[in-house]
Amino acid sequence: MHESILIYRNHRYLKWSAALIAVASAVYLFHSPVEKPNGGTWLGYTLGVIAAGIMVWLTWFGVRKRSYKPGTIKLEDWASAHVYLGLTLVVIATLHSGFQFGVNIHTVLYFLMLIVVVSGIMGLYFYLTCPRLIAQNRRGMTTETMLAQIADLDRDLRSQVMSLDDETAQAVSDAVQDTRIGGSLWRQLSGSDPDCPTTLARQKLETSTESTDQETRRQILSRLTKKEDLLTRLRRDIQLRSLLQVWLYVHVPFTLGSMAALFAHIVTVFYYW
Amino acid sequence: MSDAPAGAEYEVAIVGSGPAGLSAGAHASKMRMKHVLLERQDHASDTIYKYQKGKFVMATPDILPLRSDLSFRAGKREEILGAWDEGLDFCGVNIKYNADVAAIEKQGDIFHLSLAGGETITAAHVVLSIGLQGNINKLRCDGGDLPLVQYQLDDPEEYEDETIVVIGAGDAAIENAVALAAQNTVVIVNRRAEFARAKQGNLSLIVNAIDKGDVQCYYESSPLRVEDDAIILETPDGEARVPCNRIIARLGASPPRKFVEACGVEFPSDDPAVLPEVSPQYESNVAGMYIVGALGGYPLIKQAMNQGYEVIEYIAGNDIPPADEPLLEEKFASMGDVDVDQLLAAIRKTIPVFSGLNTLLLRECMLDSKVHSFKQGEIVFKRNDYSDTFYTVFIGQVGIQVSPVDPSVVVTLREGEFFGEMGLISGRRRTATVVAATDCVVFETPRRTMLKLIQSVDSVKRALDKTSILRQVQMHLTPGVPANELEELVETAEIENFKAGQVLFNQGDIGNHMHLIRSGSCTVSVSIGGRDVVLSYVPAGNYIGEMALLSDQPRSATVRAAHNTETICLSGDAFKAVMEKNANIRASVEAKFRERLRQNEQMEDRPEAGSIIQFLIEQGIGEGTDVLLIDETLCIHCDNCEKACAETHNGLSRLDREAGPSFQSLHVPTSCRHCQHPHCMADCPPDAIHRAPDGEVFIDDSCIGCGNCESNCPYGVIQLATLPDEKFDLFGWLLFGKGPGPGEEAEYAKANGHNGAAKDDGDKIKRAVKCDMCKGIKGGAACVRACPTGAAARVSPEKFMTLAALR
Repeated sequence: MHESILIYRNHRYLKWSAALIAVASAVYLFHSPVEKPNGGTWLGYTLGVIAAGIMVWLTWFGVRKRSYKPGTIKLEDWASAHVYLGLTLVVIATLHSGFQFGVNIHTVLYFLMLIVVVSGIMGLYFYLTCPRLIAQNRRGMTTETMLAQIADLDRDLRSQVMSLDDETAQAVSDAVQDTRIGGSLWRQLSGSDPDCPTTLARQKLETSTESTDQETRRQILSRLTKKEDLLTRLRRDIQLRSLLQVWLYVHVPFTLGSMAALFAHIVTVFYYW
Repeated sequence: MSDAPAGAEYEVAIVGSGPAGLSAGAHASKMRMKHVLLERQDHASDTIYKYQKGKFVMATPDILPLRSDLSFRAGKREEILGAWDEGLDFCGVNIKYNADVAAIEKQGDIFHLSLAGGETITAAHVVLSIGLQGNINKLRCDGGDLPLVQYQLDDPEEYEDETIVVIGAGDAAIENAVALAAQNTVVIVNRRAEFARAKQGNLSLIVNAIDKGDVQCYYESSPLRVEDDAIILETPDGEARVPCNRIIARLGASPPRKFVEACGVEFPSDDPAVLPEVSPQYESNVAGMYIVGALGGYPLIKQAMNQGYEVIEYIAGNDIPPADEPLLEEKFASMGDVDVDQLLAAIRKTIPVFSGLNTLLLRECMLDSKVHSFKQGEIVFKRNDYSDTFYTVFIGQVGIQVSPVDPSVVVTLREGEFFGEMGLISGRRRTATVVAATDCVVFETPRRTMLKLIQSVDSVKRALDKTSILRQVQMHLTPGVPANELEELVETAEIENFKAGQVLFNQGDIGNHMHLIRSGSCTVSVSIGGRDVVLSYVPAGNYIGEMALLSDQPRSATVRAAHNTETICLSGDAFKAVMEKNANIRASVEAKFRERLRQNEQMEDRPEAGSIIQFLIEQGIGEGTDVLLIDETLCIHCDNCEKACAETHNGLSRLDREAGPSFQSLHVPTSCRHCQHPHCMADCPPDAIHRAPDGEVFIDDSCIGCGNCESNCPYGVIQLATLPDEKFDLFGWLLFGKGPGPGEEAEYAKANGHNGAAKDDGDKIKRAVKCDMCKGIKGGAACVRACPTGAAARVSPEKFMTLAALR
């Protein structure tokens, strides 16, 4: 009942893309222009128009994604086609270039496009792997329930902290007050905090030799351990969820860049006709 | 005064001075008939005397004219009793107080009434108007006799700051509950999902009180036992303990059968609720003994007073028509010049559903009903009409267009048959178009009237059940087999109800019957290594239990109700007989049997699929018709589903993606499942919740924001919200000054009086909002359309709870 975008509609868009690649490659192989193959032959122009069309259409996905108008075509159709046509674009654009590269706006466009496609492949990889990892990591809990549990633990810890010696109490207070979840992009992506006050407090308590009520000590230790586990999972959750986002920081700007380059490419081609 | 017949002191002795007795006494006096009115108490009309202080007494049915020498108008108990006492004096009624009739014996033509004090009175006629309240129903559970249980409430103001549980759903219970709620915490316990037995006024009273939170209500609940300081209820969610200071049980009353039978009057059955049969002139099987009022089948004051008047006329030999005669004449006028009595007799003869009604009930039913005359080809109702009335064919024939695509596929119903009964069961839209096949006369009876009849008259329920059983058996089990071959099967069939989790039969039981699931659904499971493994999910419209019948082996699996389920339990022998005569039925049942066997074997190797079914059943998915399920291995948490929902519904998402449980990477978000029997529909005062043709349950604009549906929904998918202001639209605002500017939505709405809010009025009405499955929107549910990765899917349980669907 659930279909991933790769197998969607019995691989419909994979088949379409494969057909397009096959036809383009076949024509390319049998095509023998006067000069060596380039973008200026009839085939070159045709492939160029197709590639430009695909690029504009792929970019339009950003708009379509935010359109919630009625209609029978699902966003998943677009997403599935986006993936396969995006991959196809590499082949079509390469054939369009006739494997001619240089230091010019045309090659800039080509490499911008490659960056977009490669970041897209990375995104696809994250889309296909991260959701499962997120579900496994959460074990049926939501981010909110995890945060709520941490808040509960913090409340309990705060009420017990007074029974500890000053130094350990300070460490536990820090664990309650200064533990950070998330933060900068790198911190999010790293999925951990090397100086996590909660971990430090737990270590401190484990090594502390001061005599306190053993039962309270055991409880605080258990709460810190529980909190640490929740923090690990939350940070992992944040890491996985940022992986689902981070590739877009490459994909989208470079898409816009390649649109500009595409415009320049077309203008220069016609200007120097 | 007319002389009493030879040997009798009185022409008529009236026993009981309730409304009927009083009115009879007054009229006898007016007609100068030698009479005596015997009252056990030292005051007249004890039942109403015992009404709670200041109770407002209603004068229903409003449509019925009063026919009595005493006056009666809706008003306070004290005013009414006062008026009657004055009337008794004014008419010179010969009333004898403290006269407890111990026995009535007929010797020759004379009745001898022995009073408790030893005195004997003789009379030529006896009018029994003793009512039912001398014999009230008690709680039949453990602890029903504990001191905290009482069966009457005189003055609700006597109690303060107590927690009081009122049991019952009739007028008395409602009135007690509402009056007590002023100073106490009140819980009312209703055995059913609605207050169907109550008068309209009381109905809105209790619904309002529940809405406002003045009274808490347990629907579909009944007392299990009473403890010293609490009552244990059986509720749809299991047992509930309600601590309380006092329990007031208002369970109605039963006929004082022993006494009445001792008088020689016969009862038609052993049912404790059954009333003696009387002639249209209220005469019982004992000639000269008349029965009027509640004991005669009619508990309403006005009707009883009319009967009291009429019975004296009948005794005097005047055959006057009943008070509602002109109303019924008018009602039947479209059929030409007809005699009402003959017509009613014809109705009873023609229409089996109504044949068991006594004259009074039939008259009332007809007063509530509409009479339609249709010309051939005229449409009675259309498929998907939202109406819930019940139709009976009186003259002519109607055709039901059973196929949605081909109007020529028609099932013809003849005189006496009924249709539209699904409206009574489910409250859904019409499933077929009905046209007049010939010129015809049909009666349209309101749903509430029919529900009342089903609950109070056993024969109506039986007649309805019998036909709907036949229709369902023909539809789901034995298509193409004519009704006469199914007679034995249908005759021995019984309707059984199961609560969520209740077992239909256990693995290893000897099987001699099968079930056709009428509403609800079931799970089939086997015990493997001491653990229950679910093999399959069986929705309504399927049969189950045929395997043991065919194989003559013990039950191979345990079948449980997934949620509240109603089945038609069919006798195995009768079904085998049908199969013997119809080879194709046998073949199709055997094919199903083989298919199930194969599937069960596969499922036993795949316990994880069974645990997913189990999980989904636990989430209540089994009772859904269309459920949003998210595959967690595909969901990228982009919340585009929520955004799409909000964009489609005035900026309010009816879906919370992240909330809700997950199991084996299947996530059930908080979103409407469009239940088969929607809990939200159970108690909607403006009747604003409907089921659309495609199955979506939606709330229309008549919502008053009472919040009943929100609290009745066990899945928390309904929210009360003010409809949001017009959204800020950058281009529209910047270029054309359209709509609110950024951050000015609130002021904009206020200045323009949007969403029902008056200008300059910040208070906006809250409305209940829930998923409507994007009803009427091309492409269907926006959440699914907007999911980029295919993680969101809307599915119906019968489709996805199969082996093929569960990877």
